[in-house]
Amino acid sequence: MTAIDPTAHLTAEQIEELGRELDAIRDAVIADLGEKDAAYIRKVISAQRKLELASRGVLLFSFFPPAWLIGTAGLSVAKIMDNMEIGHNILHGQWDWMRDPKIHSTTWDWDHVSPPEQWKHSHNELHHRYTNVLGKDNDLGYGIMRVDEDQKWHPFHLGQPLWNFVNACFFEYGIAAYDLELGKNLHKRRRKNPEFRARARAVGRKIRKQVLKDYVIHPLLSGPSFLTTLAATFTANLVRNLWSHSVIMCGHFPEGVQVFERRSIRGETRGQWYLRQMMGSANISGSKAMHFMTGNLSHQIEHHLFPDLPSNRYAEVAVKVRALFEKYELEYVTGSLPKQVFSAWHKVFRLSLPNRKPRVKTPDREPDLVAI
Amino acid sequence: MTSAALRRGAWKLLEMVTTPVLPSDYLDLVSPLRTGADLRGRIEAVHPETGDAVTVVIRPGRGWRGHTAGQYLRIGVDVDGVRLWRAYSLTSPTNRRDGRVTITVKAIPDGKVSNYLVRRAKPGTLVQLDQATGDFVLPDARPAKVLYLTAGSGITPVMGMLRDTGFDDVVMIHCAPRPQDVIFRDELHDLVAEKKLRLTEVHTDTDGVLDIARLDELVPDWAERETWACGPAGLLDAAQEHWSAHGVRERLHTERFRPSIVVPGDGGAVTFSTTGKTVSADGATPLLDIGEEAGVLMPSGCRMGICFGCVTPLKAGAVRDLRTGGITEAEPGVLIQTCVSAAAGACDIER
Repeated sequence: MTAIDPTAHLTAEQIEELGRELDAIRDAVIADLGEKDAAYIRKVISAQRKLELASRGVLLFSFFPPAWLIGTAGLSVAKIMDNMEIGHNILHGQWDWMRDPKIHSTTWDWDHVSPPEQWKHSHNELHHRYTNVLGKDNDLGYGIMRVDEDQKWHPFHLGQPLWNFVNACFFEYGIAAYDLELGKNLHKRRRKNPEFRARARAVGRKIRKQVLKDYVIHPLLSGPSFLTTLAATFTANLVRNLWSHSVIMCGHFPEGVQVFERRSIRGETRGQWYLRQMMGSANISGSKAMHFMTGNLSHQIEHHLFPDLPSNRYAEVAVKVRALFEKYELEYVTGSLPKQVFSAWHKVFRLSLPNRKPRVKTPDREPDLVAI
Repeated sequence: MTSAALRRGAWKLLEMVTTPVLPSDYLDLVSPLRTGADLRGRIEAVHPETGDAVTVVIRPGRGWRGHTAGQYLRIGVDVDGVRLWRAYSLTSPTNRRDGRVTITVKAIPDGKVSNYLVRRAKPGTLVQLDQATGDFVLPDARPAKVLYLTAGSGITPVMGMLRDTGFDDVVMIHCAPRPQDVIFRDELHDLVAEKKLRLTEVHTDTDGVLDIARLDELVPDWAERETWACGPAGLLDAAQEHWSAHGVRERLHTERFRPSIVVPGDGGAVTFSTTGKTVSADGATPLLDIGEEAGVLMPSGCRMGICFGCVTPLKAGAVRDLRTGGITEAEPGVLIQTCVSAAAGACDIER
């Protein structure tokens, strides 16, 4: 958060021009999608399935320590691939253009306790639309944390480093609860709402399937390795949760990322929407393998600009997007994974304490975008 | 416990292990043509027939139930990464020893699938299939005399029949622009040499389009013959009129590759409620095209209103049948063929 609007130097006309340039980047990729892209996602899915099967196979002998290590590592990676590069991106509709009913946002399911329907609503329809708008985008602290000076402090926030850690360990359950809007819906009156109850039942079914698979059937099939396999699947889920939580924290919480007021999005133009995504997201820099394991969410800025472009294209898009940041003199927030994770955690700790009202009101440029 | 019950139990257990995907999703990785899989096939060879037509040899999956001569096959191929479905007539005989089937495809201008199959398809490629269907077939009781009246790629279902069933007295009239455009020409001439077929080729570039009145001269006993006709709408319309005028309409069997009439009207906003998308549509574009353009998962097949591979519930509003202009309004249980239906005002399609 900065007291000064980092986009103040842009005229309304420049913002619209920026929007047109981003549209052109998007159109060029869409026109170029083809066989290679389709082969990519099929290869990733096939590799994930083989890795998962092989890892679970090895874990049948998990009483043997090297088997436990290899199997657990493999299963962790398989679960991360399932959630990040495959599940998250397919559920965004990034691969719908292939018209393959087996790889489509309306039919896909993932290794996660939140049912795809509910996740798509809270993530695609709310978070991606209202990115970083206070009071509209619940991803800003997931309703349990304060991640911006302008969010009101409450003594509850003193514990937020702990809440964040617990959330990280059980992240998939945190997301399911979040997608259910559990905090809001547990009020007496709302609890009986049939629509909420149906959604809660769907989550229940999903949890049951996941738990049965990881903590009952797979350990039972391991026979004498029951306990060690149980430990392995628990560890793999924990690793997946910690990893995805870290990656996702890096998307919007690091220092330098802007947050917006509700009124700033009234009558927002396409250019302004793009600008908000640019200023409200942060990237992670690193190797190809790191980008892959984050599901290319390390290209968070590009993902937020073009949420439905196939993830294998974000790296090439990033070069063009970064050039636009330079052209329009905007700050491209990026850093290594350790740096960004530290930055996000630092904020969680810092904002667990109340802050003075530091807000210097930016000069109004209505109906332009106002960053706070 | 019976073995079937045991198998079901084991399968259930497997499903619990592989959730959220199915055991079959794993099996598909290694054995996509096995029994119980979605019906697929593998292209084994592509043989050129003419400059712009090929025969594609396909090994169908274990679930293939065979076909009747004259039927067509729905095939889904990935062209530039996009799954596209089309229908093509089967040209292999039903008793082919190696169990393979063939379709013969002529490239049409701007045809995405036909051009892919004719110019780019490679052996080894996996394709999606549907069971053979269509009622343009030979009857159980063999007619004594047969006439095949075909033009262009309309020869393909008839070739399936010729290769499958022999008759004592078979006459064929086939129209193509030039001799080199006649698909299966060598094989047809062999049949003629073996006296299994009497053939008249009409080369329309030099002879002009076939005047149906010439039938009396070409095949004097045409009205006594059980006739199968396949080709462009002009030929089939003329044939139907001619056979009706002579009171022998029941002896004429036709197969059309394209819808015959287009009746456009006003369009409207089309909502695809499952996907959650709303787009505006004109009154002449099939809802199938509108949905595909919008990235909605639309089932499709022949794209001409015959195979019912695209039927979809109409939840609200009204649609117009592009062939007849007839309006269908939403009611519970109403299904529409999206390939020949256009928006008639705002409507909601369950996709």
